[in-house]
Amino acid sequence: MVYNILVNNIKEKVRMKTIVIGVIGADVHAVGNKIIEYVLKNEGYNVVNVGVLSSQEDFINAAIETNAQAILVSSLYGHGEIDCRGMREKCIESGIGDILLYVGGNIVVGKQDFEGVKHRFEEMGFNRIYAPGTPIEAVLPTIKADLGE
Amino acid sequence: MELYLLVDFGSTYTKLTAVDLEKADIIATSRSFTTVATDIHDGYHQALQHLYQKIGSEVTFSKIVACSSAAGGLKMAAIGLVEELTVEAAKRVCLGAGAKVDLVFSHYLNTKEAERIKNEKIDIILLAGGTDGGNRDCVLYNAEILGKTGTKVPVVYAGNKSCQDEIMAIFEKYHMEYYICDNVMPRLNVLNIDSAREVIRKVFMNNIIEAKGIKKIENEIDEIILPTPHAVLKATELLSKGYLHEKGLGEIVIIDIGGATTDVYSICSGSPKRADVILKGLEEPFAKRTVEGDLGMRYSAMGVVNALSEEEINLYLEQGLDMVSEAKKRTTNVDMIPQNDEDENIDIAFGQICSNLGMSRHVGKMDTQYTPMGTYYFQYGKDLTGVDYIIGTGGVIIYNHSPQEILKKMLANERSVMELRPKNAKFLLDREYIFSAMGLLSLHEPLVALKIMKKYVINI
Repeated sequence: MVYNILVNNIKEKVRMKTIVIGVIGADVHAVGNKIIEYVLKNEGYNVVNVGVLSSQEDFINAAIETNAQAILVSSLYGHGEIDCRGMREKCIESGIGDILLYVGGNIVVGKQDFEGVKHRFEEMGFNRIYAPGTPIEAVLPTIKADLGE
Repeated sequence: MELYLLVDFGSTYTKLTAVDLEKADIIATSRSFTTVATDIHDGYHQALQHLYQKIGSEVTFSKIVACSSAAGGLKMAAIGLVEELTVEAAKRVCLGAGAKVDLVFSHYLNTKEAERIKNEKIDIILLAGGTDGGNRDCVLYNAEILGKTGTKVPVVYAGNKSCQDEIMAIFEKYHMEYYICDNVMPRLNVLNIDSAREVIRKVFMNNIIEAKGIKKIENEIDEIILPTPHAVLKATELLSKGYLHEKGLGEIVIIDIGGATTDVYSICSGSPKRADVILKGLEEPFAKRTVEGDLGMRYSAMGVVNALSEEEINLYLEQGLDMVSEAKKRTTNVDMIPQNDEDENIDIAFGQICSNLGMSRHVGKMDTQYTPMGTYYFQYGKDLTGVDYIIGTGGVIIYNHSPQEILKKMLANERSVMELRPKNAKFLLDREYIFSAMGLLSLHEPLVALKIMKKYVINI
């Protein structure tokens, strides 16, 4: 019994945190996606990459099966706002309502005041919203803090 | 002269095929009704007598192996987590193992679903869910709820490997019969069929055929090793790939239209043929089998009609063919054999619907996405456009005067442009119905089995 508890504790500690990443909607920008995968893997995360042209369902299904702690949504082509709408609600519906949702890239059309954009995405249920040009390295400390590391 | 006897205990017929290994040829075939309800030996002996008559004397066989789909075949329940992911993976494993998937469940089971599994005469439950290291709550919950129903059905666990220990503890607690194997989806969208399929085969061999009264025959034959569709899958894979110096046929599709179901097999990678196509969804098996339980020539004839729209039914009426009453005639008289050209033509019409829909549900599909960067294409499922041969088997195709009429409905056509159907495939016919027998033979003598198939599968 004691042995089991010990083993379970160790298992709990060594279990890698899982993050689902991908590019949402009709967006095919693959380069940044690969960079994010590379950096997160190097940091010791179990990265599940659903790739480009991914629907909200692709992200959510992957997160359910892999028991992910966070979903990182990328969008480079300006339609991110439409593509991300309703994603939190779908997470709640799918039983992973508490999952962390990150979004970054050129997530809206044209050059807009970022505070306003951030507010709109927060309203949609995203936890972290990043302005154009933010490198993934700059986001790492937040990811670690959010995942309790 | 070394002779092998290959036996197929079918739901209706017990089929025997005697093979001369040195000549690499079939010396005789025979069949008789399967008598699993009374004593399976009776039908087997009768078929054996026919066989001896054809050969001209009683011969001894150095090996007798059998496959079986008698007494309802192998019925399975597939349980997974997300519909498009582990549920689909579990389903494909069952189909690849030659089973009929009668029940499919996703996410957390409720008591009613668990009870259905217990009550609907399921032979084996495949429990999956979660990638390795992924979700564990769902499979643990489902194992618990299955245990609570007190089911005696063997459970094959092929889910998240990280909670195998807890799963075993649950199964032990409820004194269940269980088997542990590799995850059907170890990583996202990666399909792992082999381990689970092998375990299912063993459970089938050791338990299921015993429960169905088929194992008794093992006092007269060496062994019953496979569910029949699994044997067919083995044969088709061999015929496609070839063996040693003996070349295979390349990419093939096989359709078997039976009384109750339509089975479609495709043996090829099915990966995208064009550079601008992005593959989506769960990985596809190289040797893929799909089964349509609602499409068949007799038992399921009503299903064929139900698949038609009202307009389509009226279109047939306009041509003087009442599909509804013809379907009723076939379901009430399942032993019906076409007596004249008219009957045969009606059978062709039914066969065409089966082959068209069977292919439509099996084949991969294309989807167009218009993006700011131009048009992109998604591919879901297998691209069969480059398939070299379509092979027909099953009573309606074999005994019909123009089987190509049925097979050509599987080809690409202007009505289904988004389906990646074969474009220029040639048609072949398994006139002697030898695939299941050759699948069995291929386990011991692949080269002989391949040579025989190439000889007996003929051009039409």
